[in-house]
Amino acid sequence: MFKYLKQLTSLVAMVAVLFTFTTESMAAKKSKTLKNTQKKGFVRCGVSQGLPGFSNADAAGNWTGIDVDVCRAVAAAVLGDANKVKFTPLSAKERFTALTSGEIDILSRNTTWTLSRDADIGLTFVGVNFYDGQGFMVRKSSGITSTSQFKDGISACTNIGTTTELNMRDFFNSKGIKYEPVAFEKADEVVAAYDAGRCDTYTTDKSGLAAQRTKMSNPDEHIVLPETVSKEPLGPVVRQGDSVWEDIVRWSLNTMIEAEEYGITSANADMMKTSDNPAIKRLVGAEGELGAAFGLDNDWSLRIIKQVGNYGESYKRNIADTGILPDRGPNELWTKGGILYVPPAR
Amino acid sequence: MNFKLKDIIPQLITVTAVVLVFGFFTYNAQINMENRGIDFGYGFLSQESSFDVQFSLIEYDGSHSYFRAYLVGLLNTILVSVIGIIIATILGVIVGVARLSPNYLINKFAAFYVEFFRNIPLLLQIFFWYFAALRALPLPQDAEAIFGVFFLTIKGLYVPAFIWQNFSVFFYSIVAAIITIIIIRIHAKRVQENQGKQIPVFLISIGLIFILPLLSFLIGGVGISFEVPVLKQLATTSFIYEGGVSLPPELIALTLSLSLYTATFIAECVRAGIQGVGKGQKEAAASIGLTPNQVLKLVIMPQALRIIIPPTTNQYLNLTKNSSLAAAIAYPDLVLVFAGTALMQTGKAIEIVSITMFTYLTLSISISLLMNWYNKKIAIQEK
Repeated sequence: MFKYLKQLTSLVAMVAVLFTFTTESMAAKKSKTLKNTQKKGFVRCGVSQGLPGFSNADAAGNWTGIDVDVCRAVAAAVLGDANKVKFTPLSAKERFTALTSGEIDILSRNTTWTLSRDADIGLTFVGVNFYDGQGFMVRKSSGITSTSQFKDGISACTNIGTTTELNMRDFFNSKGIKYEPVAFEKADEVVAAYDAGRCDTYTTDKSGLAAQRTKMSNPDEHIVLPETVSKEPLGPVVRQGDSVWEDIVRWSLNTMIEAEEYGITSANADMMKTSDNPAIKRLVGAEGELGAAFGLDNDWSLRIIKQVGNYGESYKRNIADTGILPDRGPNELWTKGGILYVPPAR
Repeated sequence: MNFKLKDIIPQLITVTAVVLVFGFFTYNAQINMENRGIDFGYGFLSQESSFDVQFSLIEYDGSHSYFRAYLVGLLNTILVSVIGIIIATILGVIVGVARLSPNYLINKFAAFYVEFFRNIPLLLQIFFWYFAALRALPLPQDAEAIFGVFFLTIKGLYVPAFIWQNFSVFFYSIVAAIITIIIIRIHAKRVQENQGKQIPVFLISIGLIFILPLLSFLIGGVGISFEVPVLKQLATTSFIYEGGVSLPPELIALTLSLSLYTATFIAECVRAGIQGVGKGQKEAAASIGLTPNQVLKLVIMPQALRIIIPPTTNQYLNLTKNSSLAAAIAYPDLVLVFAGTALMQTGKAIEIVSITMFTYLTLSISISLLMNWYNKKIAIQEK
């Protein structure tokens, strides 16, 4: 009896494996997230509650920023319209739960890529759209010009639920400085408390400091110290377990960066179809069958470039022209002295 | 037999339904977590937390475990709740009695206070006290000393720390005073029952609680000195106070808003309780020759308390639960430290949220049990 049971079990298991295999290869063409997104008609994107340059809503509710543009690029690729995005503002604390529970499909919210986040909590980071590092902001009048002038008893305002909290501890411990961490749930409250004089310094990613400085009652009274105390590669995140969707988001971002590398802009994308360079022709859909790999048509990348623009255009529009960080620093192309380097689209 | 079955079936259906619903949610969560590669377990509690907390009643830093961080948050929640409950009760009783005062000004002022504070959302009040009132406080270097030793600044309230010599002698003198008072009270009650004589217990108690500790200073070798906070410069315009004890502004703002808000509800409970006692009771008590104080203490209050306690218990529970709004202004309570930072760093949402919920449940039930016990104690004892 038991013998038969054993055989039966293995048979069932084999059938199950076979069945999974066949359904898997079908799903490769159309992932569950992709199918749901196309059915709904919009991309569900998690963003910050307001970080100028990255994701920020204006009075009319229009979202702009380089994190927003990643979601718009995916919408352009998948749905054909960069405006078909539903943005969900999330606090640092809520963001991962919102993604893993299926409330959103892309988390594009200045999120640092770390080993434990990638490996532990059911998330997959797909790339980096901004290379950042943690820094400190102080009042100019304090006379502090370097973190080496920090003394015991300094109070530091920051957000909870971020890598910042951990880096801050590492930094102050390594310097042997006793400090008072004052951690708020929302960025606006951190800024308000620091601005009121509750804390001597405000610490977060340097891009965040530059962006939040614009919100202070008098931005000129504050400076960002030159030291960078951590690596903060920020990028979009997707749920673990849908590799096709993961690829779509990764290559939507890569397309924007590679388009800049080849000089393809929203203005000249159509003309580039007749280019002599096969790499350019592939990017604008005039050669090869790149979209088929994730079940999309061949114009997916052309739509991204035409509707959202390349990475350089997005950076200029959102971060440089708004006066947040005019200098691209490490976020320049590798060909121009930066570290933006993406695998080739072929 | 038929009758019993009719009774049992609805209960069976209810139990099955509850089990099925819970089973479904557990199963669903399990499947979803498995699909997303999240594993379930409480093992993280013993891992190093690697984040610091601003304010803690026990020794803690990032090298301690997540469980220790949980305790830090829990103790901070209990601290703010206990202080809040004490202040709210005192204030509530005063305002509640004031609302019944024949004095027009006191009466109307109390009524205004109640209507004003109970009709504004608590979160808004917390923001007001923290952000609006805080901004008005001076920077440490500009702070004027209160009584020469207290400093109220934007970075917190700095008070002198006590430095004790022979603290144990002082402590025992207080314990001795309390024990003596209890013995005298029992004795006084017996004397009154047997001989009808009244001993001024209250005055004796006050005397004892002051004289015994005083003696411990004079002959017990107890000494006390103060460590007064001293201004320290961190940078050109950045100062703090060192030495003494510092109370973070987050704690002050939170306690203040919680007590002011809850006191309005307690005041209404107190007013309802006193008004709930029949007018005839007061008149009858006066007619047998009791003084107004005795009327209040012996006749009105014992009856009013029975009406006051149950709704006041609700207010205590509300205050405890409302303390979780602390996260908005960076007071490191259970929600901020554990359900906030720890949840983020570990990603263990289900585990941490369930522990936090269970903790609040336990806290609330403890308060409830305590108050129910007190309520039973003061209830009419039928003989």
